[in-house]
Amino acid sequence: MIFATIGTQLPFPRLMAELDRLGADLDEDIVAQVGPDTTPRQCLKTHATLTPDAFDALFRQARVVVAHAGIGSILSAKAYRKPLIVMPRRLAHAEHRNDHQLATARQVEAVTGIHVAWDISDLAALLSAPSLTPAVPDPGATADQLRDRIRDFIDQG
Amino acid sequence: MTVSPSAPHKAAAPRRVLAIASSGGHWQQLMLMRPGFTHHDVTYATTLPGLAQQFDAAPAHLVPDCNRNEPLQALRCLIWLVVRFVRLRPHVVITTGALPGLLALILGKVTGARTIWVDSVANAETLSASGQTARRFADLWLSQWPDVARDSGADYAGSVL
Repeated sequence: MIFATIGTQLPFPRLMAELDRLGADLDEDIVAQVGPDTTPRQCLKTHATLTPDAFDALFRQARVVVAHAGIGSILSAKAYRKPLIVMPRRLAHAEHRNDHQLATARQVEAVTGIHVAWDISDLAALLSAPSLTPAVPDPGATADQLRDRIRDFIDQG
Repeated sequence: MTVSPSAPHKAAAPRRVLAIASSGGHWQQLMLMRPGFTHHDVTYATTLPGLAQQFDAAPAHLVPDCNRNEPLQALRCLIWLVVRFVRLRPHVVITTGALPGLLALILGKVTGARTIWVDSVANAETLSASGQTARRFADLWLSQWPDVARDSGADYAGSVL
């Protein structure tokens, strides 16, 4: 099963339309959390939003997860050890208020298990790849320093 | 509940900490920072029912969500926070955003709490708008990107990514 999730705030029709188009030729279910987007889709099982429990269940069941380049999606993929395909929202397509998801995508491109679809045309190849590397739950090299700084600040105040 | 200057670092008295973040990436980042504050008396707040329970974050409260385009919702959120502050009287407020967290940070500063803003790791090139506003109200004001910290004047200590 392919799970697609794009956050709760903004629709991402460019991504959903392409997943719907590809779904016709894929022998795999696609469950999509689409946000505020009521466009009918032939090949997607859509939900506007998901409860935390439903999100958890779908993320666990998925073979691969497709998402916008949001930090929540990336941290979830790490926690659940799933391969994640991210496609950044673009200001040019009015998909977000700015291009910060492009910056995020550039920054996470080297992270294990995070696969960036820079454009719609990259999706087909990534979805049909025989084995995408899963993400790993390590919190990053500097997370402990950040936690120590917070701890010291609170303890010494 | 004060610590004498000679008290050893490890024996810091428990503080009432309000840890607040919107659902999604903001909340997940706050959860990854938990080792920095769970040895204190922590109360959590987020915007989505069931989310705190999924992360075993307790006690937790549901804060009304808001954004800068909905002033009435923001006011409702602020009133909820004022009531929560009266009951909790936090010594420390820590947030990763977004607007509900910023409002809590401002209330914290006004009521004498010590305040921590950790800007979302999503903001890899410039600080978030909320993060820029937080500057005046944060005692510890962090970006998770060294370049953004340098350009904005925020501190950098590390990143959860």
